Amino acid sequence: MHIKIARFDAHRSPAHATVDVGIPEGLTLLQALLHIKATADPTLTFKAGCRSGICGICGVRVNGREELACAYKPNEGDLVEPLQYHRVMRDLAVEKKSIEETLGNAAAWLHHSRQTTISVEEEKRTEVQSDCMLCALCYSACPVFAVNENFLGPFALTRVYRYTADPREEDIKSAIDAIQSNGVWDCTLCGACTAVCPQGIDPKMDITQLRSTSAQFGYGDPNFMTMNFGF
Amino acid sequence: MVDVLIIGDGGAGLSAALAAKASGASVLVVGKNYPTNSQTSMAQGGINAALGNVDSDSIESHIQDTIASAKGLCDEVMVTKMCTQAPHAISWLESLGVPFSRREDASVAQRRLGGASHKRACYSQDYTGLKILHTLYDTCLKEGIEFLNERYLLNLITKPQENPKLDPLIKGATLLEIASGEVKQIDAKSVIIATGGYASLYHGFTTNAFGSTGDGICAVIRAGGYLSDIEFVQFHPTALKHSSILISESARGEGGYLLNSKGERFVDELLPRDSVARAIYAEIGRGEEVFLDIRHLGEEKLMELLPQEMHLCRLHEGVDPLHELIPIKPVAHYTMGGIDVKRSLEVRGIKGCFAVGECSNAKVHGANRLGGNSLLEIVAFGKLAGENASAYALACEEVAANDTQFKSDQNFINGIFYFTNQINFYEKREFIGKIFYHNAGIVRSDTKLKAVLAAIRQIQKELPFMGLGDKSKQNNTNLVDFIEFGNALELSEILLVGAISRNESRGAHFREDFPVQSDEQFGAHTIYWKEDGVLCADFERRYL
Repeated sequence: MHIKIARFDAHRSPAHATVDVGIPEGLTLLQALLHIKATADPTLTFKAGCRSGICGICGVRVNGREELACAYKPNEGDLVEPLQYHRVMRDLAVEKKSIEETLGNAAAWLHHSRQTTISVEEEKRTEVQSDCMLCALCYSACPVFAVNENFLGPFALTRVYRYTADPREEDIKSAIDAIQSNGVWDCTLCGACTAVCPQGIDPKMDITQLRSTSAQFGYGDPNFMTMNFGF
Repeated sequence: MVDVLIIGDGGAGLSAALAAKASGASVLVVGKNYPTNSQTSMAQGGINAALGNVDSDSIESHIQDTIASAKGLCDEVMVTKMCTQAPHAISWLESLGVPFSRREDASVAQRRLGGASHKRACYSQDYTGLKILHTLYDTCLKEGIEFLNERYLLNLITKPQENPKLDPLIKGATLLEIASGEVKQIDAKSVIIATGGYASLYHGFTTNAFGSTGDGICAVIRAGGYLSDIEFVQFHPTALKHSSILISESARGEGGYLLNSKGERFVDELLPRDSVARAIYAEIGRGEEVFLDIRHLGEEKLMELLPQEMHLCRLHEGVDPLHELIPIKPVAHYTMGGIDVKRSLEVRGIKGCFAVGECSNAKVHGANRLGGNSLLEIVAFGKLAGENASAYALACEEVAANDTQFKSDQNFINGIFYFTNQINFYEKREFIGKIFYHNAGIVRSDTKLKAVLAAIRQIQKELPFMGLGDKSKQNNTNLVDFIEFGNALELSEILLVGAISRNESRGAHFREDFPVQSDEQFGAHTIYWKEDGVLCADFERRYL
C-alpha cells in the first residue's frame, strides 16, 4: 500500500515536499510511520505516545480530515499532513505550546472552589467534556482560525464550560468574563470540531450553553449588538 | 536561578509543582513532550483511599493490603504515610475540580480492584488518570506555573561538598532543547525528578508509551545517586496479543473469563496480577492461545462499562468482543523499582534532589503494586516532594554550578553525530524487547538471564557503531530515540544484574530455578550504584 506524506524541513531546500511511501498492510497510521522511521527513513519526524488514543500527541490530517494517527487505518493513496493552525516544526510534528496559551487566555480552570455536594446527574453533565485529551484536532478543524488566530477555539471553550457547569464553581462570572473577547461569540457554530473529536465531545453545544450563561451575566452577541437595523 | 526545577510533567510532577509553588518557591517544570501526554493519562482503574463510602473500609485495612501485596519488601512507615494521606489527597483533588464518579448519596463512588479487601478505588468512569492529570494541569496554569516543553533530560548537575563524606549537592540539570538541538543548562537550588518508569524497555511487549525509558533513573545513577529494586517489573495479564494495548482489569472484574484454545478456563481470573500473568504465560508456553471472553456480559453492559475497550479491540485487534474472543497476552505494565529515595523523598546520594512517582522507589509497592496505589502515590507523594524540595530550596544558598557538565554534554551530543550508524538501533531496540520479554520477563532463570546479559553487553559494545541516520540539528527525533535507547540499554543491564542476584521468587520476580521466597537470604532491597563507572549492587534493609 502507498500513502503520501507532506514533509517539511525549514533547513532543507525545498522546505516542502510531498513524498510517496510504501507501507505494509494492516497497520495503524502511527505503526506505519514508526515502521518507515525504523526501517527506511529515520529523518521522518512525527510525535508518538500511548498508541491507544488517550495521550493526544499524534494528531495529523488525513485527506484534509483530522485524525489520531494511532486510531486511524490508512487507505491506498491517503495524504497525511500536519495539523492546521499550529507552527509546523518538521514534517508532521507541530509546536503545541499554543494549547497552554489558549487555555491560559480562556482562564479554563476552577476560579473559586466551594465545598458542596455533587449529585450523580451533576457529575454526568460534564462527563464527556472532561474526557478531553487536548489532542487539538478540533483546533485544526476550526475554520475560525483562518480569519482570527486569537480565537480561543473549541477545546478551551469546552473546558471553560466544564468548570462553569461544575457545582464547585463559585465564581462563574470570572469564567464568563474571560471568554467574551475572541471567545463564545466568534464561533460560527459550524460543528467541524464536533465532527473530528475522537472523544465524542460536542464543543458546539458547549459554546451554545456558554452563550446563554453569558447572556445571564448581561453579555450579548457583539455582532448583533452593533448591527444597524435602521430603527 | 529557579528554586525548584521539576523534570517530568505527569501527575507526580504537576502535584509537586503545585505544592512547591504553594510553599512559596519559584517553580519551573520541564518535560520531553507536553504535560498532558504523560503516562498518567493512561491510568484507568482508580485512585485508592479508604473513604469507606461504599463499605466499612479503614486506613489500617488499606495499609495491610498494601503491605501484603508488597511481599515483605516495603517500608511500613512510608506505606502508612501514603495510606493516611489518601483521604486528604482525594479532598485536595476534589477542591481542584476533579470530576470523580458519584454515588446516589453524592459521595465519591468507589470500586474494588485486585488485592483490595474493600471497595477503595475512587474513579472517573475508566478515565481516572486522564481526568486527574488534566485537572492538575488546568490548576498549574491557574497558578501561573512555568513550563518548558520538548526538553529532554541529559544529566543532573552536582557539586561535591568540601567534606567528601557528604553527598554532593544538586545544582540543576542539562537538557536537550529538541527544537533547536542545543544543550541547555538550567540552574536550580533543588530538583525533583518525576520522569516515569522504564517498562518500555520491553519494547513491543508493554502497555506503556514509547517514552517510558527511565531517563531520570539513569541520570541519577550517572550522577552518583542510588537505585533500588530495579528487577521488579509488573506484568499486566491482559493486553491485546498483537499491539500490546491494555485491556483494563475491570473486564475481568465485571465477570470476563480467560480461555485457552480448547475453550477451557484455566485460572481464577481474579487472583493478583502476577499469578494470573504467570498462568497465562504458562498456557502460551504450552502452545495454547489465550483469550479474554466477555461476550456473555451483553452489549448493554459492555457499552456502559467498557466502551474504551470495545473500541480498542475493534481497531487494534480486528475483533468484535460482542461476538468474538479477544486474543491476549501478558505484557510489562509498571516498574516498582527506581531511584532510591529516603523517607523525605530525597534521592539517596544527591543532596537537594528529590524523586517521586514511578521513577522513584519510595518502597510502598514492594514486589507487587496494587491497582489504584500508583495514582495515589503520584498525588500524595508528589505533594510531599514539592513541599520538601521547596523547604530545602528556600534555605539554600544561590550558588550556580560551573559549566563542566554542560560542556561534557555538549560534546556528547556533538559526538553522537559522528557515530558510524552501521547498525540500526531500532532493530536492536526491538530485539532487546523480545529477549527481555521471553527471558527476563514473567518467568526468569539464571541461564536465561545470563544469556540476555551477555547479549546486552555485546550491544553496549556495538553502541558506537549505531547512531543517527538523521544528521539534522533541529527537531531531530532520531537523536532523541537514540538517547532513550542508550538509557534503556544502561538500565537493562542493571535490571539483569538484580534479577540474577535475587535467587528467589517474590511477587513479580519469578525464578523457575528458585520458585520459593527466601526471606532469610533475600528479604531486603537490592541497591545499585556506580563506583568509577562500574555498576555495584548489594542487598540492604535500612530505611533512611
